[in-house]
Amino acid sequence: MRAGLRQMNILSPARAKWLGVALIALTLIGLPFALSSVGTAWVRIANLAILFTFLALGLNIVVGFAGLLDLGYIAFYAVGAYAYALLASPHFDLHLPFWVILPIGALVACLFGVLLGAPTLKLRGDYLAIVTLGFGEIVRIFLNNLSQPVNITNGPQGISRIDPFSFGSFSFSQNETIVGLAFSGPIKYYYILLALLLLAIVVNLRLQHSRIGRAWEAIREDEVAARAMGIDTTRIKLLAFAMGASFGGIAGGMFAAIQSFISPESFVLVESIMVLSMVVLGGMGNVWGVVLGAVLLSFVPELLRYTVEPLQQSLFGRSIIEPEVIRMLLFGMALVLMMLYRPAGLLPSAVRKRELTKPQGREA
Amino acid sequence: MDIFLQQIINGLTLGSVYAVVALGYTMVYGIIQLINFAHGELVMIGAMVAFSVIGALAGTQLPPVLIVLAGILVAVPVCMAVGYTMERIAYRPLRGAPRLAPLITAIGISIILQHVALLVWSRNPLAFPQIIPLVSFNVGGAIITGVQIAIILTSLLMMVGLTLMVYRTKLGIAMRATSQNPQVAGLMGIDIDRIIAFTFIVGAGLAAVAGVMVGTYYGIAHYSMGSLLGMKAFSAAVLGGIGNLAGAMLGGILLGVVEALGAGYIGDLTNNVFGSNYQDVFAFLMLIAVLVFRPSGLLGERVGDRA
Amino acid sequence: MSGALLECKGLDKRFGGVLALAEVGFNINRGEIYGLIGPNGAGKTTLFNALTGIYAYDSGGFSFAGETLAGLRPDQIAARGIARTFQNIRLFGNLSALDNVMIGRHVRTRAGVFGAILRTRATREEEAAIEKRALELLEYVGIAARANDVARQLPYGDQRRLEIARALATEPKLLALDEPAAGMNATETLELRKLLERVRADGTTILLIEHDMKLVMGLCDRVLVLDYGRSIAEGPPREVQSDPRVIEAYLGGAVAGAAA
Repeated sequence: MRAGLRQMNILSPARAKWLGVALIALTLIGLPFALSSVGTAWVRIANLAILFTFLALGLNIVVGFAGLLDLGYIAFYAVGAYAYALLASPHFDLHLPFWVILPIGALVACLFGVLLGAPTLKLRGDYLAIVTLGFGEIVRIFLNNLSQPVNITNGPQGISRIDPFSFGSFSFSQNETIVGLAFSGPIKYYYILLALLLLAIVVNLRLQHSRIGRAWEAIREDEVAARAMGIDTTRIKLLAFAMGASFGGIAGGMFAAIQSFISPESFVLVESIMVLSMVVLGGMGNVWGVVLGAVLLSFVPELLRYTVEPLQQSLFGRSIIEPEVIRMLLFGMALVLMMLYRPAGLLPSAVRKRELTKPQGREA
Repeated sequence: MDIFLQQIINGLTLGSVYAVVALGYTMVYGIIQLINFAHGELVMIGAMVAFSVIGALAGTQLPPVLIVLAGILVAVPVCMAVGYTMERIAYRPLRGAPRLAPLITAIGISIILQHVALLVWSRNPLAFPQIIPLVSFNVGGAIITGVQIAIILTSLLMMVGLTLMVYRTKLGIAMRATSQNPQVAGLMGIDIDRIIAFTFIVGAGLAAVAGVMVGTYYGIAHYSMGSLLGMKAFSAAVLGGIGNLAGAMLGGILLGVVEALGAGYIGDLTNNVFGSNYQDVFAFLMLIAVLVFRPSGLLGERVGDRA
Repeated sequence: MSGALLECKGLDKRFGGVLALAEVGFNINRGEIYGLIGPNGAGKTTLFNALTGIYAYDSGGFSFAGETLAGLRPDQIAARGIARTFQNIRLFGNLSALDNVMIGRHVRTRAGVFGAILRTRATREEEAAIEKRALELLEYVGIAARANDVARQLPYGDQRRLEIARALATEPKLLALDEPAAGMNATETLELRKLLERVRADGTTILLIEHDMKLVMGLCDRVLVLDYGRSIAEGPPREVQSDPRVIEAYLGGAVAGAAA
């Protein structure tokens, strides 16, 4: 059937594919200018959406590929963000270049991942879930309180005036006109983020179709059989966990640089849940599904902000339900409904679909 | 004032609340091997409902004990209904599905409950009205309040009641049978679905009472109080040995005492580098330590995957 | 090729108060097909699980190619060269047959995270070799046409074959099969027998748990009979078959029936 469709197409499938890729690429390249004509705020929103997509792809390695539930994923993001903020801000008067700090942030986050995963990954998966949940809370408590006796994190006030990305005198936070086009700070970051996202997608895809990716699949399917086939399951799971943590660390560093201000409030449990919802909604284990989920869940809240609030104002004269609450209710419902009715996500991976839609054992 | 004794008393009070909440986790885990992440939210709902009732009745001239009792009597069935619905809607259809699925719905349910509570009661905390006269007794240099005594006694009562139910009644036997082997229990004519639903209901009832107790103790209840409490209680259940009733009780009380002593002494021990604002870290550190050194918990059997 | 590949000495395994294996000892020589038989509950699968590191045992132990296996994890034991199949088939059910066998190559290949991400030449070559070898193995067990089918949807006999292919992918010195003929019809069993003879001829020693007496008697060089966790007889099938203890304790008429 597929072959038939292909033949009916005038374009050869290879050409059609390249045309599609070129179109998407052009759209993505032009997008920030289109958005900035609506308002710079939308470029920032797009930037955060890309950042969260990146983050979701990191979590996808943990949840989607290795099948481990990490509920404190945002903690690694926080570690990366604070690593960046401490090494490039007036707080300690350190100003290391970003290409030094981002790897450091990834490494530190990775280290935390290993320290947390090593004792718990030997046990059943649900323990990992609760331990990571706790870890997320603990990191936040420390960020809030490590302002005494030595002021490391500056407590709830957070750290401000964080350095932007820069190469010599070329700073990513300034406006500039290059070949007649006005590049604002957010637009410059947009391209860096886009490049980073592409990298993340490539990493995800390559990992998935590799020896390591197959080992993750094996563990998800049947841990006992995987071990009997010579897979060191603890090590391979730890690998996924550490990879995910590194992704979080890098994203955190980016976040600190773009926002130029961070505080513990950005790293609450809700954020972990949001990233998890992106992965689950889109389709655990399927890279394109995760991208779709992340983009949807990044923009829906913004749309809510611009529609629900005015709508309530005009209907009732005041705001009855805050958009934030609606957002959270949507996340919660997305998690429950997806698991009940479409457990493999909007764009499921073939294997995951088979795993999640055919309950083993007794009938549901 | 004797700090040590005082912290022991405070720890026992909070610990007995943890124990009651931990029972809910351990019962559900014992029977369907699910960490019910939303259990903490049941505690919150129990507290909020009870506080609403207590607040409404505070103006009347009823005796305080009766008012609190009325709060509990309303909160318990509400929580039971929520617990049952949760099992019915979000967990039962996923029985037999891969483990990750019900864990994710549990998270979803927890988020939903929390924000529905936010809609109903707003972001502002509910305060416990000043209806209970402050009664306190001096015990060897430490002070124990009437509320603390009531909490410890109520918890004990519930633990004893639950133990009797599980070991002395037909329903309890059916519960234990189901947790041992659901298939065989089913073959023996036990309606597994009913038993599991019942387990959720009992756990939810306990959570409601725990919510009232912890709310009364702190004098405050708000929509987000459930998650941290839930996590601590779960840690307590793991400490005692998840799936084991006596373990949950022991773990809860132990966690309460460790936490109170930790909060009381951490400043002295670390030269005030760390203060009591790190209190919430203890439960978690203990959880990790238990998982590393004795994953089966104090009273539990070996945890680990079955071959 | 001679001498013991696997030695088992004084193996005890307790479950609570029950002694599942008591003082079990035997040697398997290189190139041999060694049978393990006994009534249900005799401890055959327990022995398998102890050998492959899934259960810890209480005393005694194994030495494999001159090295002790004590304290090794299942994956380490697989790496030493013991591969197994499972009585109740444990394939990676949602993956393709080819993927199943490719996963079996894990322990003999090396590409890590960085190799995978950078897609180095070494990684690409290794990946191609893995796929090639996996296809060869599917061909070897006779299910090459099924390479892209989902494992769970394969016919039963093919699933058994796939499990053998997956085990062979780990390049075992000893292939341990837990009731490979269970549920097979006579034709399938005959094909299985041919396959196992070929595996042996190609240099892999085989340890076989089986209830199909005709297969055991025809295929095995020696058999060990377990009963209530104790070994009650060992030797060439013909001898064991006529051992009065075996007939009395376990087989009754079945052996006589198979011999006839």
